[in-house]
Amino acid sequence: MFKWLHPLAKPEILYHFCGRLLPWLMGSAVLTLLFGNIWGLAFSPPDYQQFDTVRIIYIHVPSALLSMATYTIMAIAAFTALVWQIKVVQWAVLAIAPIGAVFTAIALLTGMAWGKPMWGTWWEWDARLTSELILLFLYLGVIALAGAFSDRQTGTKVACLLALVGFVNVPIIHFSVEWWNTLHQGASITKFDKPSVHPSMLWPLLISLLGFYLLMLALFCVRLRTAILQNEQHRPWVKSALGGQ
Amino acid sequence: MYFDSFSDFLAMGGYGFFIWLAYGLTYLLLIGLVAYCFWEVKAFRQHIQQKLARAQRIKQYQEADQP
Repeated sequence: MFKWLHPLAKPEILYHFCGRLLPWLMGSAVLTLLFGNIWGLAFSPPDYQQFDTVRIIYIHVPSALLSMATYTIMAIAAFTALVWQIKVVQWAVLAIAPIGAVFTAIALLTGMAWGKPMWGTWWEWDARLTSELILLFLYLGVIALAGAFSDRQTGTKVACLLALVGFVNVPIIHFSVEWWNTLHQGASITKFDKPSVHPSMLWPLLISLLGFYLLMLALFCVRLRTAILQNEQHRPWVKSALGGQ
Repeated sequence: MYFDSFSDFLAMGGYGFFIWLAYGLTYLLLIGLVAYCFWEVKAFRQHIQQKLARAQRIKQYQEADQP
């Protein structure tokens, strides 16, 4: 695998690799996301306790899971960037941060719109909600720190450190519903047990989740390509890559 | 389809406001993010092309100045 991965550390090769992946990722992301969401909105049954509000699950759960998955990817990239000092991986940390921030904001906002009719409140300072809000601040902190230094290299390194240290929050979010008494319900999909969700709701949920995942990867490709171009703009290959268009 | 009519679909059993609020905000943010990512690419391309064109012009004038 390393033999396959190694050439991708070269910015030029990674730029073209992402460019080839991009149309496939973006196309399949839009299709699966719309398919899963429309299935969930119109063709899945209402819940016996939550009635139609359960349809928010098809955006809330995927965006919440993705907010944590994106942070995990960012933390792994930050670790790699700090230990092995690979330039493109440092850029990747900064490229993925805004995407994760938007997913976290979506998870919080859809959760609020779901909480009002079901819990009777838009917001509650409970463990799951608070830790997810901290995740949003961590993303914003990474973005802000990277831009806060006049020396870009230092900013990137400090942002990587924060991304790595902030990873401690991800297991806290995940286990918050078990460790504390929360208003938020426990997990509906687990890897080891049979899911407690009926297939008529599980399938649109999983398809929406796949759609969010593909969208994250597609946008990651776009942002990483932009970051590569910005950092390599004085190299001759950038001129030839941009000259054709 | 779990709804009898389109107005039923919009009403969502009385929870329409919350559901369409959630979906509306989600798609607003997602479309905004996608647009921002592609705008960034476009803006950078323009920036580079302007820079290249400027370098080209300077070179031309320098060559023209030489006897």
